[in-house]
Order: sequence, then structure tokens, then C-alpha cells
Amino acid sequence: MTTDTNTLLEVKNLSTDFVMNKGTVHAVVDMSFTVREGEVLAIVGESGSGKSVASLSVMGLLQPPGRVVSGEIIYRGRNLLALSPREMRDLRGNHISMIFQEPMTSLNPVFTIQDQLTESIREHMKLDKKAAITRAIEMLRLVGIPSAEKRIHDYPHQMSGGMRQRVMTAMALSCDPDLLIADEPTTALDVTIQAQILALIGDLRKKLGMAVLLITHDLGVVAETADRVVVMYGGQVVEQATAQDLFDCPKHPYTLGLLESIPSMADSEDDEPLYMIPGMVPNPLNMPMGCAFAARCSRRMPRCTQERPPLYEVEGRLLRCFLFDPSGEEGART
Amino acid sequence: MFKYVTKRILMVIPVMIGVSIIVFSLMRVFSPDPAPIVLGQHATIKSIEVWRHANGLDAPVVTQYVTYVAKAFKGDLGTSYYTKSQVAAEIGARFPATIELAIAAILFATTLGVLLGVMAAVKKNSVFDAAGSLFALIGVSIPIFWLGILFIMFFAGFLHLLPSGGRINVMLEPTRVTGFYMIDSLTQGNWDGFKDAFIHLILPALTLGMYSMAIITRMTRSSMLETLGQDYIRTARAKGISETKVIGKHALRNSLIPVTTVIGLQFGALLGGALLTESVFSWPGIGKYTVDSILKSDFPVVQGIVLLVAVIFVTINLIADLGYAFLDPRIKYSSKKED
Amino acid sequence: MTEFDYPQDTPRPDPSSLTHLADETMALGERLPSGDIPDFDETLHEKPENQWLEMWRSLIANRAALVSLIFIAFLVFLAVFGPLLTPYNPISTNMAASLRAPSAAHWFGTDQLGMDIFSRVIAGTRVSLTVGLLAVSIALTIGVILGAVAGYAGGWVDSVIMRLMDMMLAIPSILLAITLMAALGKGIDKAVIAIGLVSIPEYARIVRGNILSIKQNDYIAAARVVGNTDFRIIFRHILPNALSVIIVRATLGISSAVLDTAALGFLGLGVQPPQAEWGDMLGRARGFIFQAPWTLLYPGMAITVTVLAFNLLGDGLRDALDPKSRVK
Repeated sequence: MTTDTNTLLEVKNLSTDFVMNKGTVHAVVDMSFTVREGEVLAIVGESGSGKSVASLSVMGLLQPPGRVVSGEIIYRGRNLLALSPREMRDLRGNHISMIFQEPMTSLNPVFTIQDQLTESIREHMKLDKKAAITRAIEMLRLVGIPSAEKRIHDYPHQMSGGMRQRVMTAMALSCDPDLLIADEPTTALDVTIQAQILALIGDLRKKLGMAVLLITHDLGVVAETADRVVVMYGGQVVEQATAQDLFDCPKHPYTLGLLESIPSMADSEDDEPLYMIPGMVPNPLNMPMGCAFAARCSRRMPRCTQERPPLYEVEGRLLRCFLFDPSGEEGART
Repeated sequence: MFKYVTKRILMVIPVMIGVSIIVFSLMRVFSPDPAPIVLGQHATIKSIEVWRHANGLDAPVVTQYVTYVAKAFKGDLGTSYYTKSQVAAEIGARFPATIELAIAAILFATTLGVLLGVMAAVKKNSVFDAAGSLFALIGVSIPIFWLGILFIMFFAGFLHLLPSGGRINVMLEPTRVTGFYMIDSLTQGNWDGFKDAFIHLILPALTLGMYSMAIITRMTRSSMLETLGQDYIRTARAKGISETKVIGKHALRNSLIPVTTVIGLQFGALLGGALLTESVFSWPGIGKYTVDSILKSDFPVVQGIVLLVAVIFVTINLIADLGYAFLDPRIKYSSKKED
Repeated sequence: MTEFDYPQDTPRPDPSSLTHLADETMALGERLPSGDIPDFDETLHEKPENQWLEMWRSLIANRAALVSLIFIAFLVFLAVFGPLLTPYNPISTNMAASLRAPSAAHWFGTDQLGMDIFSRVIAGTRVSLTVGLLAVSIALTIGVILGAVAGYAGGWVDSVIMRLMDMMLAIPSILLAITLMAALGKGIDKAVIAIGLVSIPEYARIVRGNILSIKQNDYIAAARVVGNTDFRIIFRHILPNALSVIIVRATLGISSAVLDTAALGFLGLGVQPPQAEWGDMLGRARGFIFQAPWTLLYPGMAITVTVLAFNLLGDGLRDALDPKSRVK
């Protein structure tokens, strides 16, 4: 990966561990990716794949026993891991902001929306109380909350889940961030609300010209919004490609499995049961020696359980699978 | 909100009636006849009868109860069997001392308890946390009268820093207005009296507040830990506000909600503990008066004190409940819905 | 809050494997989006061979609880055999040797009547433990019955019982205890009753709460369908399930009963002289606080370590029974 001029965030060889009495969980292993200005990069994986831990590492919100053990997170030329807590705070919520999965619990129940919304505005934009409230109302209108000047006095429990996620979005966008990290922003919502929130994020991205790092397990969401996709499994990147390439021609056996397990209109006509990847996510305390996916892979080879595959660069995409080893005879099979 | 408050206040009434019945029947039905105790062993049957009639003890118990309650509403709690003085007046003279002590103790317990609890939770599993837990454990295990004795030994006997008992130097005693020496001396510009009252208050307040402080510390710690794990704390951190604000604003307000209930309950426990503390420090409140009256079977006094304490206890818990509603907007909302 | 949070038809998680995990999963749960770290402990859902055995193992793995358990065993030993071991008769006075400082002859010194404090502290163990156990037994028996009836019957029976408990709770327990003492008269047997009665509401509330939460379970309905009587259902099906919570509460209850006994003794309402009781010793020696501090030091220490031991054991039991409470 070369660093081009419009790279906003570059994560290099990031490894994050959780050290516990029972052993160490390598939640993220040697992960690299970049986010360019204004693009949507999706990180896809099942729960436990390390995608959320990666995003929290970027935000500097990892709490013990979680710890970044190696790597660099470079944002506009500055390594975030080397910043002081104070410098990191100035960045968080200001240049890089985040929306979380659970709108129902992500807002503080004992403070009004106004209180929670103006907090970061006053902190980062150095506005006085009145100006901050004006800005907050403006943001609430932007995310489509009707009669914002009234609703701003509400407490979170007086709002629906969809409304709360809009408030969360307003909060995250209130200081004009360059990068928005959205961690499963729609998972907890009804399907119709999901589409609204996604459309909202896509809309605002264009309007405000920010980049979005979208964390999700839902390939359907990815197909609708992402420019490029990183697929994670067992803490590692297993495939990286443009969204177009990935959906047109998935290559990694895991990605294939994920795509096949999405219900589609075509499937529903015949009575074939929905495909499911057999087996379970490996125990993070006891990772297999070879490829993390080997146990569940339909195209497993003997070497897959013996050694870890590296990331191969194939036709402009990255793949962690021995099937694509250019030196191996198996490479021909693709 | 109004409905919620009214409902809570109305719930107090049956409890108070019940308490008065319990106390009354304990004193008049289950107790041995006080007459021989009060009049001494040499009392004649005739004199006992006269005495019982004079004190209304020869009437049926139900009549006695109704009379008592009717008088109590007018502020008449009867007269002491011994001194013949008005119980209400006797209690009134001693009560401010007890309340002053209890308030000082709960202030100390709350301030320090919340502070220690928050720090222990924030620095979880640190040496500080362990020390705090040990401190809290000892606080709930040490008998308060022994703690008071140890304090006297150390601060009065060994260091000669603080007085070993009493409420104020009689020479400095302020003119009695509220009965709270800290307030009376201050409003009268009696600076030396204020200082002296304060110095006398330190050890008893620490002694009395120690148990409550331990409980509040434990409660705050566990409540804070739970709060710190909430999603909205992560949201607050993601906003880039300072950690002080994350803890002091977002986490503290939420974790104090359950602590208010505990503080209310502790205030009641303090009124009980005051009996012992006052006895150790010769504090001229109702504690010693209660114990003496019980030893002498001076039932009107005991009855009056227990009822008064119950009223205060129930009121404090009511206030704590309302404080709960104040801290947690979700409560107001649900009561609004009821309207 | 308790083990009853687990559905009854699934096996209880293995407590010993959970105790270490609890802190970690809590710590993780505090920071991670839910579900991102999967349930990686496979032993979690294994069926334990015996839940009491597991609880015991988990208890003795807790160092503080183990030490307090051993200490309590030692106290019980002293309570039973103490009178045979004391160097002096704990109730014989010797005015010629009053207020002697601790020495080889009198390890803890002597009191104002020349009685050997070491002997009296040992003799006091029996009183404190007996009163503690008896008072808790009284509170437990009445409290469990009232709570079980209230919770199981519901309706007006529940209201009447619980309002009565509220009334008792409206008076600070030590004040209620001494009021009861006023009615009953002085003496250690009266102290047992007074201390026992005042803690009834605690047990009643716990048992009622537990019963309300498990009453709805299918197996209770099943027991009723097969024709069990209410009484039988309460004692055979509901109470055994509430047992662990009751045990924890009772252990902590002993510690407060020991404290209350000492408090009544201190106020002169407990044992009558010359019998040795820690609180009474403190009450009588108060006048010698500066002159002979040892008279006040050792009895107080005895109360504190005894109460501490029961508190630690109670905490340990609670953790052993409910790993989730470990972080609290």
C-alpha cells in the first residue's frame, strides 16, 4: 500500500491484545489499511473478528485489559499512538468522531439532549453556551429531527431508537469531523430505520465531505454504501478489495461463504435452505496454528493447518489464503 | 411529579400509625408494671393504685392509646414518671444536640464515602482500591463505641489535640436559639464558641459517621463501576471531553442515584448509633436520656423518643426517595404518565 | 443478582471457573461492544457434578474467606473449650491485683476488680457466639416463614406482613432492640430475643423477593399440577432454591448480632455481672480509659476481629455463590 496524497488515516501493522488471567487474546493481529479523504471504507467481519477493537484502537478508547501492542495509526501524518492523552482528546469528537451500535444505551439517561450535544461543541469549537445551542439545533435539523428546538430539551428516554441514533449522528458530526467511525450504526434498529440512518450517513458524507469508516457484519449494508472493503476473520485481514470487485468476484473462501449466506431474491424462489458457513469462530484464547479459517474452509489444503498464510497481492486486491500463493501450484486453481 | 410526592407522603401515614401501635403496646402491654419500679419496693398497694390512676394506666389499653395519640397531635407526649416534667420539652431540650451530631456525621460519611468510592472505582484493582476496600471492611466491623474509645485514647489521651467529651466549654456556650451550637454561636458572633463547639464535634462525628462512610464507600464503588461500564461513558469519552468531566459529570450523576437511597437509610442508622456515641462522648443529646429512661422504665419518655426518631427516619427516607426522582429524570417521566 | 438469574432448566455455570473469569469479562464488557468478544470459555456450560462442592472449592480458593473460616473455627473451639483453658477463673475478683498492666502473669492485664482480662476475653467468646447464633436462628426462622408466606400467598397477606416489616424498619434497629429490652427486662436471654426480633424484616424481605422471582417458574407450576400442597411447595421446592442467599445473609447477620450484643452489653443491658461479655467489659471499664487503656483494648479487639471474620466469610460465600457480585 502506497501512501498517496489524499490518505487521511493509515493503520500500519496494528496489533491489539487483551491480557487476561486465562491467557492473551490477540484481538487484532498485524492489521493494515488506509482510509482516503471522503471515501467509505467498510470493515466486515463476524462478531469477535476484531473489527470493533480495531476501531476503538483508532479512537484511543481502548480500556484495560485491552492494549495496542504494536503498529502505527497515522492520521494526517501524526502517529496517534504517540500522542499525549490531551492531544488525543483534542482530536476525538473533533477531527475523528464515532457512532456506536447501541443508540438505546449510548446516550446518558440523566442529561438532556441539549446538554449532551453542546458538550463537544463547546469543548472543541470554543463556542459560548448560546452559540453552542444554536449549532446543536442546526445539527439536529441536519439529521432530520422534527421540531429540533423543542426536542433538544428532551431526555433520551423520551425518544425512539431511530431518533436517538440520529442524535448520536448529530453529536458525532457536530464539530465537522474529517473521519467518522460508525460501529454497527444500524444493527440495533428496525429495518426501515436502518435504511434511513444509512441514507442519512451517506447523504451527510457527501454534504460534509468527510470519510467514513464503517464497521459492520452486514454485507448488505456494505454493498449499498462502501467504496472499498476490508474483510476480517479471527483478528486478521483476510481480504481487501474495492466494493465493486468484492461483490462481483469474491475470492477468499471466507468472503465467498459470507456472500452466499446473504438471502437474496433469487434464493427465495427455490426452496433451497440458506447457506451457512459450517463450524464456529475459533476460540480467541486458543487460535489454531495455521490459517484461522482452516477449520471451516471447504477448500482446505494440508498446509492450511500447518502455517499461517501471508497477505498476497492479487490483481489490486489483498488476500490471505494459500490458494493465491503465486509460487504454489494451487495458485492455478483460481 | 406532584402526584408521586403526594402518594409517597400518604404512604407514610399507615407506617407511622403502625409504629405508634407497636411502641405503645410494647410499653403498656408487654412490659412489666412500672409502678413498683417507680415507687420503689416499699410502695403500698394503695399508693400504687393512686399512682396508676394519676398516670392513666388504669384505663383500658385502647382508651390509653387513643388518649395518647390525641394528645401527641397537640404536641403533648405526656410527663415523665419521675420528674413530672413534660416529655416533649425534655426531648426538645436535648434533641438539637443529637441532630447536630447526626448531621455532622452524615456530612462526613457522605463526602468522604463518595470520594473514596469514586476513587476506588476509577483506580480499580490498584493498591488504592485494595486499601479503600480494607478501610471500608474495618469500618463496618468495628463497634462504634470502641472506635470512639480508641479515638479518645489517641486524640485526647495521647496527642492532647481534641477534647475527650462534652459539647462545648460552658463558659463559651451561646444563648440557646436553635439549640444547634454551631449555628447559635455563629449568629451571635461568638467565634470562640463556634471553634470550641466544632472541636468538640469532630471526634463524635467521625465515630458516628464511620460505619455509614464504609457503607457509602462500598455502595459508591460498586455503583460507579457499573456506571463506568455503560455505553454512554464510552460515548462521552468519544466526544473528547476531559476524563474529569467524564467521571465527575457523566458517571457520577448516574452512580449517585442508588447511593441516595443508601444515604437516607444510613441517616436512620445514625440516629440509632447516636445512642452509643453520645454515651461514649458524654454528648448531651437524647441518647443518654433514652438509655437512662429505659433503665428506669420511664415509659412516656421512651415512647416519645422512639416515635420522634421514627418520624424523622421515615421523613429522611422520603426525602431520599424524592432526591432519587430528582437525579433520575426517568422517574419523573413515568409519574407524568400516570397523571 | 443471585444465582437465580439463571433459568432453572439450564445447568448452573461452574462457579469456580467463573470466579476468575468474572473480573475479566466484566472488564471486557465495560469497554467492548457487546458480543465482540465471544463466549470463549467452554467450561462455562459444563454441568457441575455438585453445586455445593463447587461452592466450597470456590470459597476456599478465596484467601480472605479461608482465613476467616479458620479463625471462626478457632473461635468455636474457644467457645466450647475456653473455660478449660483460661489461666484464671474469669469471674473471680482480686482487688489486690486490680488494674495491673499486661505482664507475663496477666497477658492482657487485669480490670478494676482484679479479674484477668485474657481469661475474660476468652470466656466472652462463648457469650458472643451463642447470642449471635441464637439471635440469627430466631430471626431466620420467623423471617423466612413470614417472607415465604408473604411472597407465596401474595394479596392482602403479603401487604399486611410487609407493612409490618416496614414499620419495624422505621425504627433504627439498635433503638428498637433497646426498646424491646425495656419491655422484656435486662439479661442476656432477653438480649437474644431483642436482637433476633429486630432483624426479622431483612430475612423476610430477601425470602419474599426470591420467591416472587422464582414463583413464576415452570417447575413450580408443575409441582402444583401434580397436586402438591402449598406448604409442600414452599418447603420442598421454593426454599431450597433461596437457601444460598439466606446462608450469605445469615453469615453477615451473625456479625451484626455480635455487634448488637456488644452494644447492649456496653449500655449495661446485656449480661449481668460478673459474667464475662466483651461489650459489658468495655462499658464497665470506660472510666479507666486513660488510667488503664488495656482494659478497653482487648475486649474491643475481640469484637472487631470476630465481626470482621464473619463479614469476610459472608462476602466470600456471596462471591462463591454468585461470581457476578465479585466486582462489587
